[in-house]
Order: sequence, then C-alpha cells, then structure tokens
Amino acid sequence: MTVLAQQLILGLLIGGLYGLAAAGLSLIFGVMRVLNVAHGELIMLGGYGAFWLAALLGVDPFASLLLVIPGSLLLGAMLYWGLFGFVVRAHEEARVKNSLLIGFGLALALHALAVRLWTADERSIPTSYAGAVLAVGDLAIPLVRLATLVLALLLIGTLQLLLSRWRWGKAIRATAEDWQAALLTGIDIRRAYLLAFALGTALAGAAGTLITVAYSVSPSIGLEWTLKALIVVVLAGLGSMIGTFIGGLVLGVAEAASAATFGGPYREIIGLVIFVVVLAVRPRGLFGR
Amino acid sequence: MTAAGHERRWAVAILAAFGGLAFLPLAGPRDDLLNFVFLILLSITLAESWNVVAGYAGQVNLGHAAFFGLGALITRALWIAGTPVALAMTAGAVTATVFALIIGVAAFRLRGAYFAIGTLALGEILRTTVGNVLPEISTLPAATIASYRLSVRYYLALGLAAISVIAVATLATSRLGLGMRAIREDEEAAEASGVGALALKLTALALSTALAGLAGGLFAYYHISYYPAHPFGPHWTFDALLMTFIGGVGTLQGPVLGAVLYVVLKEYLALRWVDIHLLIFGALFVAIVLLLPGGLVQAAERARAVLGARRRAA
Repeated sequence: MTVLAQQLILGLLIGGLYGLAAAGLSLIFGVMRVLNVAHGELIMLGGYGAFWLAALLGVDPFASLLLVIPGSLLLGAMLYWGLFGFVVRAHEEARVKNSLLIGFGLALALHALAVRLWTADERSIPTSYAGAVLAVGDLAIPLVRLATLVLALLLIGTLQLLLSRWRWGKAIRATAEDWQAALLTGIDIRRAYLLAFALGTALAGAAGTLITVAYSVSPSIGLEWTLKALIVVVLAGLGSMIGTFIGGLVLGVAEAASAATFGGPYREIIGLVIFVVVLAVRPRGLFGR
Repeated sequence: MTAAGHERRWAVAILAAFGGLAFLPLAGPRDDLLNFVFLILLSITLAESWNVVAGYAGQVNLGHAAFFGLGALITRALWIAGTPVALAMTAGAVTATVFALIIGVAAFRLRGAYFAIGTLALGEILRTTVGNVLPEISTLPAATIASYRLSVRYYLALGLAAISVIAVATLATSRLGLGMRAIREDEEAAEASGVGALALKLTALALSTALAGLAGGLFAYYHISYYPAHPFGPHWTFDALLMTFIGGVGTLQGPVLGAVLYVVLKEYLALRWVDIHLLIFGALFVAIVLLLPGGLVQAAERARAVLGARRRAA
C-alpha cells in the first residue's frame, strides 16, 4: 500500500512538469493554430541553459530560472520572426501542415546542435540539497521535486493572471477566440501571435530547467516531452491554463498507477491509450471550451 | 494538356527511368552503389504511400511508421520461419491494411490537427509495445546470410517502387482520386455533392498502408539485423512526410523527386560534414519549406510561368 502511495506521489510530482510543458504548447496551439512539434526541443534547450549556468558560472538551478525565462522569451521571439511568423499568414489547414514541417526541421537541427554542444550524454545538476526529503508517515517526498511542482503551479498561475488581467493578455485571448473579430476590433493580432509564441517558449524553457534539476536532460528528450505535452493538451483541452495543469497531474498519476499495476515498461502506453480514448470520446478535452 | 495527360506523361518518364535502373546490377557495380539506389527506391515507395492519404485525401497521417513497422514485423517472422518471401510480404501488407482499417474508423472522426496528433500517438503506442515485448535484436540465421544476394533485394525494391508509382498514377486519373481530392478541398461540400467521405478516406488509407506494409516487408527482407522496434520509429513517418513535401504533395512526381533529392542530400551532407550534417540538413530543410512552400513541383511550374511570360514579352 505504502509502495503504491509512494509511486502515486512521485507521479503527481512529475505531473506538475507535464502540465508546465503542456501549458506552453497549449498557448501556442490555441492562439496561433500552429502545432510546434519542436516544443520538446525548446524544453531541452531550457534544460541545457540551466546546466550551463550551473556548470560554468555556478548558478543555483532554481535561481537560473531568472535568466532562463527571459532568454527563452527572447529565443521565442526570434523563432517567431525567423520561422513561425511566416506560417500564420496561411489559412488554418495549411498552417498545421507548414508548422509540422518547420517543427520537424527545427527539431532535427536543435537536436544535432545539442549533441554538438553538450554531447549525447545525460546531464544533471548536482546540488547540496538534492537528496533532501520530507517524511510524511512512511512516505518520502523529495523536496526538489516538490519545489518544481510548486514552481510549475506558480508559473501557470502567473500566466493565467497575465491572460486575464493584462491588456495584451486579453488581446491574446481574443485572438484565440476569433482572430477575425479581434482584427475588426483593432487588435494587432500579429503582436498577439508574437507574444503567445514567446510566452509559450518561455514556459518551455522554465519546464526544461525544472526537469533538469529534478531529473536529467539529454539531447534526445525532445520528442518524448512533445508527446507528453500533446497528450496533456488533448486531455485538458484548450483555453484553460489551470485545466492544463490539472491535466498534467492526471497524466502523471495515471502513468504511475499503470506502472504499478502492469510494470514499469507500460507506464508510457497507458498515457497514450488515455489520449486516444479522450480524442475519440471527447475531442475537446476535459476542460476545453 | 489535361491534368490526366500530365500525370500519365510523368508516370511514363519515371517508369522509363526505373527501366534504365534495371540494367544497373548487370554492370557489376560496387555494392555500396546498389545499396544507395536501394535506399532511394525504398524511400520512393514510402513517400508515395504517404502521399496517397496526405496528398489526395488530405489527411496528415503522423502514424505511418506503425504500418511500415507492422509490415516488417510480420514479414520477418514468417520469412525466418520458412514462408516464401513473397507470401510473407503479402501477409505483412494485409496485416498492416486490416489494422489500418480498424484504426481508421475511429481516427477519421478526428479532423485536421487532431487527426495528426492522434495518429502520432498511435505510432508511438505500437513502437513502445513492440520495444517492450521484443527487446532482442533480430538477426538472420547464418545459412540465410550465406545465401544473401543483394541484387534480388534490389530488383524487389525496383518492382515495388514501380508498383507504387503505377498505383498512384492510376488513382490520380480515376474517379476515386477525384472524389478524394474533393474531400481534401472541402469535406462538407464533397459530402453534400454525394461523395461518401469516410469510405473514400478508408480506401485511401487501405492503399497507403498496403504499400507501406510492403515497404516494411522489403526492409525486413533486406536488413541482416535490426531491433524489431526500429521500423516503428517516428523518423520513418517524418522522412516520408519531408520527402513528399519537398517534392510536392498531391502530385505523382513530387514524392519521387523529393525522395531522390532527400536521400542524395542527406548522404552527401553526412559524408561531407560528419559531425554537423543533421544541423545543416535541418536548417536547409526549413529553408526549403519557407522558400518553396509548394515543393519542387510548384517551384518548377512557377519558373516555367515566369520564363513563358518573359518569352511572350520579348
């Protein structure tokens, strides 16, 4: 019983990161109708950003978020100007296809770049507090992972606040709802697209940092995280960031439960099965509009 | 010139080129050349098979590797057990098609991006499952390796590439292909004018996955050893997708030209810049997508239109 509870707690903790990884993808897909399959590679770059800051300058990985997030924001803006800005000029059907193509090309290039810069080895950031645990009865909760869950919730809450209170946040939501109507009311939708893409990339960078501090990073984690994020986006539906976070937690716990029931190798499969079932039964997702 | 005449002329040209390639093994070339042309031919089959669903029926299938992998899995198992390879490959293709039809009924309820995401997940489910159930590498028995003849594989690849080109050419000029294109342009309008969208999409998927299953069977017959999960890897889908879009989606000649350019470019870059070839390849690929959105076929048409206008002006 304790073993199962322990596994479920660990699943919940990684679920927070699934939610954070998905929030960026959901924002970009919801607003731009662009499917960025290189999202996992952007997460991977964020992880290496933190790794570099720690290895070269000795920056604490949690503190490095303060540098990684603005850096990712800038990277996102550059990617929008250089690549994805061209995609949103096409109509919706062509957007999805073109963004897939550019995403695959980008994923390939970023993966190769990461291997070149950091080799194919798995990296993690050693800290003095890495082994600290919070003991609750028989259960041990790793403090670093608990911190990543809390930070993920804080970041997503901040985003939700930005989207509901900030002037440009409202513009982003209006564009997601109906870009033609948004255009008619005088909203600069290109600016809204740029902001959505940059914010989505910043969330990916933050997720990458938290993944690297609590787990590890390697150049090939990209596709895996893109898939996890896609599963959560489909599970939760578009339009609610808090819903996306809850979707992440659900996936994390479901994976842990299936690993406990059917054995470790099957933890991934159950997530994908959930995903196909949700798509077939409720395509708009649990919290989708 | 009508569109159908256009497709037919391209089909004849491509098949003539294949006819020329049939003489290649007779010239006694080095094995690496034969292997290289084999790779191009296998890529042509894979790209054309993906093109049927994406180019004609307009559905972006990101789980294509699942059907390539199933073809490989079944063919390998039956062939090693002693079944003649032609029969084993047929069984592989049939399995892939039956599986596709079962999945297709559910998956085609999804539209646009959701179909793409759903099929991507499907491919990954199969890859993970096969990787878990069959983690050991599959190697041919010593007796089979001793009697291994590359030219047999080469001719099989040539035949398969020819079959896929003929199949797509026939489809493109048929009523069936017309109905599929109507779905691609506007599914609701097509339904309203009496096109049975689901049946046609399933037909496209069946043809596509049968070809992919055969290509997978060829892969299993060609390789001496590989991990059973390898042909299920997502890169098979991405390769087919990239080749088709580089060449020109929804055309007969596009995937063929795309496959040739893709394989040649990738191998050249791999030889020239060993370390960073994928970085260059990825960047180059993004550049092609941005600069030539309709692929090589559309770029050639545009160039011809510009030259024609200039000639008329002169």
